[in-house]
Amino acid sequence: MSASDARNPLFVPLIAVGGSLFGFGLAYSGMARPEVVLDFLQLQDLGLLFVMGGAAAVTGTVITLATRHLDHAPLTGDRYGKRERSFDRSVLLGGAVFGVGWGISGLCPGSAYASLGIGNYPILLGIAGMFLGAYAQGYWRAYRQETDRTATPSD
Amino acid sequence: MLGQFDALTIIGQASFTGLFPRGISQYAIGGVLIGLGVSIIYLGTAITPGASTFFESTLSYVSEIPRFNRAKYLATRDWRLVFTLSMVAGAAVYALLLGQGGWTTDVRPWRLLGGGVLVGIGTRIGKGCTSGHGIHGLASLSRTSFANVATFMAVAIGTALSMQALGVTP
Repeated sequence: MSASDARNPLFVPLIAVGGSLFGFGLAYSGMARPEVVLDFLQLQDLGLLFVMGGAAAVTGTVITLATRHLDHAPLTGDRYGKRERSFDRSVLLGGAVFGVGWGISGLCPGSAYASLGIGNYPILLGIAGMFLGAYAQGYWRAYRQETDRTATPSD
Repeated sequence: MLGQFDALTIIGQASFTGLFPRGISQYAIGGVLIGLGVSIIYLGTAITPGASTFFESTLSYVSEIPRFNRAKYLATRDWRLVFTLSMVAGAAVYALLLGQGGWTTDVRPWRLLGGGVLVGIGTRIGKGCTSGHGIHGLASLSRTSFANVATFMAVAIGTALSMQALGVTP
């Protein structure tokens, strides 16, 4: 995430192309419909495994090849790396809280954006909820310095 | 398509259709497209773009709280906005071309709002969501991400089955 000041002119267009493909893929897979996700979570249609597995397989192949055989990304000059986050209790606690929310609603952030794209305006309630939750978490953390270090952001 | 199922026993066939009543092609193809989308960004920029940091980075536009205004959010908030809006646009293209236009959910409003709040809290505590941990993290063979994904999968399945048992539909 360096070189934010003098960014390659293709940087934003590439983000837009990749994001569009991401959103299209989410909609194509059915994950933009909370009902399909809930069917998975109720063990009635395990298709979501193929969505996450397919996406991780493609991405994993690309990450492996890039980290082994390529040097710097052309648009940022940054080195290719893997996504690693330090492990601590908050990884499990956060996963559990997210899991309850996912199980109640069938929503995760990416699928919610895609859901809005397929015309599902009620999902705005879910997205508003996510912002409320993220704000509450950040507000709470901001005034509890002693646990501050555990709150590493994700990508 | 049928040919590949011939080797399966009748029992296997029955459980296969039972486990995947909508088939698997839409799921596998969608997953590959998702992977291609994030891979294009990764190859060009070395960034593994997750979907949930958008909350903090966007809150930095409107909140004075220092946590939301850290350099990493300020430096990425513009492209994260583009990334998210393009996800909305990509899904809209799908809906217009292949998805019979618009669609809305029957899931109840309190589930959307309440679940959303917990998703917002949980992804921020847990350092990522289904795309950050579930795609990039698993793709990186990160043990942290495997632990996070296993946790949220198990808890979400337990939650959804409990809701179903309580008769909450949709």
